[in-house]
Amino acid sequence: MCLSIPAQVISIQGDTATVSFAGNQYQAGLHMLNDVKEGDYVLLHAGFAIQKISDQEARETLELLREMGELD
Amino acid sequence: MKYMDEYRDRTLIAGLTKKIRARAGRFYTFMEVCGGHTMAIHKFGLPWLLPSTIRLKSGPGCPVCVTDQSYVDRAVAYAEMEEVVVCTYGDLLRVPGTSASLYDKRGEGCDVRVVYSLLEALRIAREESSRMVVFLGIGFETTAPGSAVGILEAEQEGLDNFCLLSAHKRMPPAMEAVASDAGQLDGFICPGHVSTITGMGIYEDLPRLYGMGCVISGFEPTDMLESILLLVEQMEAGRPEVAIQYKRAVRPEGNLKARALMDQVFQHGDDTWRGLGVLPDSGLRIRPEYARYDAEQRIPVEVGPARENAGCICGEILKGQKEPSECPLFATSCTPVHPVGACMVSSEGACQAYYKYRRYA
Repeated sequence: MCLSIPAQVISIQGDTATVSFAGNQYQAGLHMLNDVKEGDYVLLHAGFAIQKISDQEARETLELLREMGELD
Repeated sequence: MKYMDEYRDRTLIAGLTKKIRARAGRFYTFMEVCGGHTMAIHKFGLPWLLPSTIRLKSGPGCPVCVTDQSYVDRAVAYAEMEEVVVCTYGDLLRVPGTSASLYDKRGEGCDVRVVYSLLEALRIAREESSRMVVFLGIGFETTAPGSAVGILEAEQEGLDNFCLLSAHKRMPPAMEAVASDAGQLDGFICPGHVSTITGMGIYEDLPRLYGMGCVISGFEPTDMLESILLLVEQMEAGRPEVAIQYKRAVRPEGNLKARALMDQVFQHGDDTWRGLGVLPDSGLRIRPEYARYDAEQRIPVEVGPARENAGCICGEILKGQKEPSECPLFATSCTPVHPVGACMVSSEGACQAYYKYRRYA
């Protein structure tokens, strides 16, 4: 129910964006976000984009895990 | 970056499980609150990767599972009305009501439509202006802002044949109920996408009042293992606190715009949860200014007393007191095709997760 998937914004038409996930396209309401651009990844939940995914944080999480592995 | 596969890396998973094994100096029981986490934990086989010191329990974070039976009965009553179109998320369709499910009613010719989004229900209302569209609004803080958008859009457009039956709920009161009830939990794996909206502030009482660790987690295997490691480290250090593991999707303050939309349309009120009973201030009720869009105000219906199925232990499973395999109905008379209880219906229910991934384990 609270399932959300990371989808990429293909195009924006006013309050709605066309987003792509695993080769499928969906319409997503942009009512909850500001400053969404084409190419951004958003979390898609029940037809709404609920947050932009932070690429920097995403990379830092992975980097931290890799470093942790190397310390062993 | 696609933000999924990268977090399923075998080497990283092995490193994390090794670290958890080394750090855990005693037995720990953590509860994954969110049904999405329950599903992911079993899908990725995490119970087999974790050391025997770590025990995971499913919690009350599956909206379909905790929806009170009288809500289903009310939805069924709307479905029976000639002039009403009931729009629902697919998960709710097969939940047994006292006399029938929405699925049964659809089979009898009632107009029950499955939608992926509330925006689809608005479209149906525009197209069928002579009929009343009742949208079944269930879900936690993740889903409630979308319902708020729907009501505000309907108001702006002057769309008069749309209303919402709200069973939207807030997560923290249920977590407090479980924390004070169970007494054997060391920490919560906190729901990721609820927190995307709310931020971390909603959990701050839990470490202080109950001494429990709280880590907001993502849904991929390395996310959940890292969250478990953070919980173990907090408890070993004797410093339970609220932390965010799922930083790519959760800001400390949450999504302020979504929170404002939710607060504009909904106010807190007492609500009934399956298994947990009535929890004060746990429900999101439509504010009086938007009463036109509140199905309960617009089309009042009387439903008889709800009658739960005998033998079903959904309530105890939702509190983390029992496991699905302890239920006499599990995988015998209760299966996903013919579910007896809500936890078997929902694609995030603990019983369905066990049925799909652990039945032969």
